[in-house]
Amino acid sequence: MKLPYSWLKDYTDVGIHNVPAKQYAADMTMAGTMVGSWESAADGISNVVAGRIVSMDRHPDSDHMWICQVDVGREAPVQIVTGAWNVHVGDTVPAALHKSTLPGGVAIEKGKLRGVESNGMLCSLKELRLEERDIPEAAIIPAALLGDYKPLDPAKPSIPADIKPGDKVFGPVVAAKVLSVITARYGLFSVKLDTGAAAVVTESACSNLHENDLVAYNTKSGGICTLEDLHAQQAEFPHCISDGILILPDSYPCKPGDDICAVLGLDEIVFDFDILHNRPDCLSIIGLARESAATFDKPFALTAPVIKETADDVSNYLSVEIRDADLCPRYSAAMAKNIHIAPSPRWMRDRLRAAGIRPINNIVDITNYVMLEYGQPMHAFDYKCIDGGKIIVRRSDEGERCTTLDRQTRSLRANTLVIADPKKAVAIAGVMGGENSEITEDTQMIVFESAMFDSVSIRTTSRRLGMRTEASGRFERGVDQEGCVTALQRACQLVEELGAGQIIGGIVDAYPVKKPVRVLTLRPERVNALIGAQVPRDFMVKTLEKLAFTVDGDKVTVPSWRGDMDGEADIAEEIARYYGYDKISSTLLSGQTTKGGLTKRQKFDRLVNDACNAVGYNEARTLAFMSPKAADKIALTEDDPRRKAVVITNPLGEDQSLMRTTALPAMLEVAARNYNFRAPEIHLFEQAKVYLPKLTDNGNVDPNQLPDERMTLTMATYGEDFFHLKGCIEAVFSMLSIHGCVFLPCSDDPSYHPGRCAEIRCGERTVGHAGQVHPNVLKNYGIGAELYAAELDLDLMFELVDQEHRYQPIPKFPATMRDLAVVCDDALYVLQLEQSIRSAAGKALDHLDLFDVYRGAPVPPGKKSVAFSLALRSPDHTLTDAEADEIIRRILGVLTAEFGAVLRL
Amino acid sequence: MREKLQQILDQALSEIGSAEAKEALEAARVRYLGKKGELTAILRGMGQLTAEERPIIGQVANEVRGKIEAAIEEAGQRAAAFELERRLKKETLDVTLPGKKITLGKKHPLTTVLDEVIDIFTGMGYSVAEGPEVELVHYNFDMLNAPKTHPSRDPSDTFYVNDSMVLRTQTSPIQARVMEKTQPPIRIIAPGRVFRNDEFDATHSPMFHQIEGLVIDKNITLGDLKGTLETFAKTLYGEETSIRLRPSYFPFTEPSAEMDISCFKCHGKGCPMCKGEGWIEVLGCGMVHPNVLRACGIDPEVYTGFAFGVGLERITLFRYKIDDLRLLFDNDERFLKQF
Repeated sequence: MKLPYSWLKDYTDVGIHNVPAKQYAADMTMAGTMVGSWESAADGISNVVAGRIVSMDRHPDSDHMWICQVDVGREAPVQIVTGAWNVHVGDTVPAALHKSTLPGGVAIEKGKLRGVESNGMLCSLKELRLEERDIPEAAIIPAALLGDYKPLDPAKPSIPADIKPGDKVFGPVVAAKVLSVITARYGLFSVKLDTGAAAVVTESACSNLHENDLVAYNTKSGGICTLEDLHAQQAEFPHCISDGILILPDSYPCKPGDDICAVLGLDEIVFDFDILHNRPDCLSIIGLARESAATFDKPFALTAPVIKETADDVSNYLSVEIRDADLCPRYSAAMAKNIHIAPSPRWMRDRLRAAGIRPINNIVDITNYVMLEYGQPMHAFDYKCIDGGKIIVRRSDEGERCTTLDRQTRSLRANTLVIADPKKAVAIAGVMGGENSEITEDTQMIVFESAMFDSVSIRTTSRRLGMRTEASGRFERGVDQEGCVTALQRACQLVEELGAGQIIGGIVDAYPVKKPVRVLTLRPERVNALIGAQVPRDFMVKTLEKLAFTVDGDKVTVPSWRGDMDGEADIAEEIARYYGYDKISSTLLSGQTTKGGLTKRQKFDRLVNDACNAVGYNEARTLAFMSPKAADKIALTEDDPRRKAVVITNPLGEDQSLMRTTALPAMLEVAARNYNFRAPEIHLFEQAKVYLPKLTDNGNVDPNQLPDERMTLTMATYGEDFFHLKGCIEAVFSMLSIHGCVFLPCSDDPSYHPGRCAEIRCGERTVGHAGQVHPNVLKNYGIGAELYAAELDLDLMFELVDQEHRYQPIPKFPATMRDLAVVCDDALYVLQLEQSIRSAAGKALDHLDLFDVYRGAPVPPGKKSVAFSLALRSPDHTLTDAEADEIIRRILGVLTAEFGAVLRL
Repeated sequence: MREKLQQILDQALSEIGSAEAKEALEAARVRYLGKKGELTAILRGMGQLTAEERPIIGQVANEVRGKIEAAIEEAGQRAAAFELERRLKKETLDVTLPGKKITLGKKHPLTTVLDEVIDIFTGMGYSVAEGPEVELVHYNFDMLNAPKTHPSRDPSDTFYVNDSMVLRTQTSPIQARVMEKTQPPIRIIAPGRVFRNDEFDATHSPMFHQIEGLVIDKNITLGDLKGTLETFAKTLYGEETSIRLRPSYFPFTEPSAEMDISCFKCHGKGCPMCKGEGWIEVLGCGMVHPNVLRACGIDPEVYTGFAFGVGLERITLFRYKIDDLRLLFDNDERFLKQF
């Protein structure tokens, strides 16, 4: 919401004269109405002044430039060269002097134009970042100069090159030479012409005429022809464009040398507020003025609109029927006749422009002005387009069509609220008016609408149609339905003030659903208890009254526009923000102490991170989404449960449309990214959630149940081998006090190399998988390295943690060391040998370490030699050699019996 | 005899003095003090002396023996020191050679900052609560007093699974879940992933992290909220940090506020970091709305409370002066290894 600072003065004495912009922004923000930024249209404009053209001479070396002597309030005029044709002696123009700046970072310095010194630049509207609608009087109407004529087909010119005054152009139109031009009044020139036969004097609005120009003169109408009059195309007269220097109209009084920003009203400071969602009442100048007055402790005055004269009675012309009161609790309307469509006056245009709304014409501008002022969206219909003078507010039929003011024909869904007459829809309620009832140049009678529409309905419609308008935005957030009629009266008052028409007496006010007045209770001690301060009751009452609440004892009556107020806490906020959040002193919690701290599980999750760090893995964090293509990319089987995922109905894109059921794809993407960055090796892990949907009996995702969210640990590395990863996982397990996990060969996980993958088991439970990712999968991700990955179930791992973690006594007697090397089948897994050794040795085995696996001569083909180092120990004595030898013999016996393994000699 | 002793002493001292190696010292000891040594020989000849001379010469001889022993001892120490020096010299290393490579992994910067925040609050007696990321509309919006028209419910803001299920847009639903199950006093923080329908750019991500704080007890005030947040800000950003609360609006708190901290770069003077404001917006907070308490079965006449929600990415970016949020989720190891 934009607030032109000077607009406040209509309601309260807060403005640049007593509150600097920076302080205003800061204090309003701290009182709860946040100023996002502020700026002025003058920002970027410097050293541009009003200049009066004293004299003009043609540039000796140019056919289109003029050398102007410009009075800029100095002792002597300054010389400025311009290429524009609409300037005349006596005009007041914006003159950008030497070392001046214009919006967009344009810097003007003196220089020479074709050898003639120019001490600045005369400015157009555009160069001051204005447009014609801002100053409609300054519209430039060019005449078609015959000297400019460029035939479309050079072979067939419709105007001969040697045409001279008196020669016929067509019909009554002849060529004429300009003998002199005198400015009659602003925008009107008295032109003396040589028409060949005689000299005539005519009046013209065309501002590009100068002595010796050759023009087309209509002897019948007595006017100088424009492009339109000649039925010519722009391309035929390339210089005949309505562009040129801004000639200041009389409504911008000034003297040479005055700062142009002040003259044009560009020096207005405009604050841009970030209005909170619960304060739609501040989407209005009056709302902001009320907050401003309260913030700076100034009186606030709002005068009720007064209409001086009316004729006739609106009930003779208009009736309103609300068919769907649930979506339209109030619809009020007023009328005016004898409408004279014209630009609105400068003050209104300036305010609209500063507030970010383009001026259109007086009637449309009035509706926008009232919307800004009161926050009540208004609409004006052309009465003659409302069949039978009957307005019906109703839900649309499915497929009903309505062409809106933006010239788009919309096909409406059923239940869209429309404003209609008995035959057709004339507006999409609260969103945009219909083209069929638009205000046009020849509008004679108008109907003003000031209504309240249901916010959800408006929101749904505006979303569905993709139309967010100033009106719909306000209805969505809620307008003050008690204020409808006041806004209507204000619009009528403005019609009268602007002389735009005659007000018809009375209003139509259909108000089927009234809103009850809310009364809240003020308990000063509760307010103080909540905010932690000792605010006196008097201050509370005064604050509430400044904001238009009425306080009677402990009863607080809420003004109708404060839909956000529904309880004591709301009152506390009003008081706290005006008392000042900064005045509330900081305290520390008292009361019952709480245990706090991390749970075992939370500590475990941290430890997982620490453990992974300790083995050299860096933590990654990826998004929780998954692409539907991921399942194929990691080669999941068709019936893999991970193919069933929670689906997002409105994802950012297809690749983010599922909640992941596995974190492997995201990890592979990260690996691929690093691989593409030429990382020679990576060590990454992520503690990621996966989202496993609950399934219905027939195996589909159950839409009524939240998914099971499980924590997983994903690790990935390349530049290392399988056993490095395995060792890291084992070290992580050790740090987490998870014992007894084994790595069993696993050849049926399609994401992994069938010969280099292990299922990690603890007893009967599968903790996860680790292995080399299948080359086909890696190819899908464009990874050219051997990548090893592990996927582990952290929830299960937590269950496996040895929570007891008891101390083992330090052995009192030394261990006896024995090496044992056996030759066995190559296909035998070392784990099998290890398990047999452990069970055969029993408690006497303190420690078992593999130290060599050897294939090749003298070991026969198909066999391998596996060598272990064993530490044997008894808790109560030092083992004798004989005892140790006996144990080794026992082990060997078992290995031979179970696997045919023999001692390697 | 006395002269002879003096002669032996002089000779021995000179010999010991010039001995550098341990072996030479040992030879000197044997020569003078050994069983067959010169001094021993003289002492053996004491029997020939008169009874008057004997104690005098005996004393002299003992003195000489003591001096020689002391000299040998001293020289021995000198020699050991010399030996050690020689060895140390030989063992000299080029300590500028690189150390052995120990690869430690690093935590993600979000984790480091998150853990720090958690530690601040657990130190103040808070527990850490968690909740589901795929959440019911009931908890994500309805229980939190969010009006049906609130724009945050719009599919352009929120990811929907179906009409009643969303990806949680905030960690606040954890508040509701905790309050529903627990009677006050409650002091929790609830960190977690949250989701918004935003395209990835330098300041937005469709998934990010929030840390929610909630305290419910008797006599909890806005001043308590301010004090708590002040402690938090000073611990995280340094003692010189000051905070301010600015009135704001959230459906589930009333009064509501935004917390700004004094800019850690310019300390409030105004700079590009804080866009000239001197303050940086860090989190939203407020007193828990009575409607929320009521919905969770807590009597707002008896209990009050405060809540706050911090964006983890935001404070992490500030903390390490990272200028693009996407870096946090790119997982480029060159980035991750820096923390």
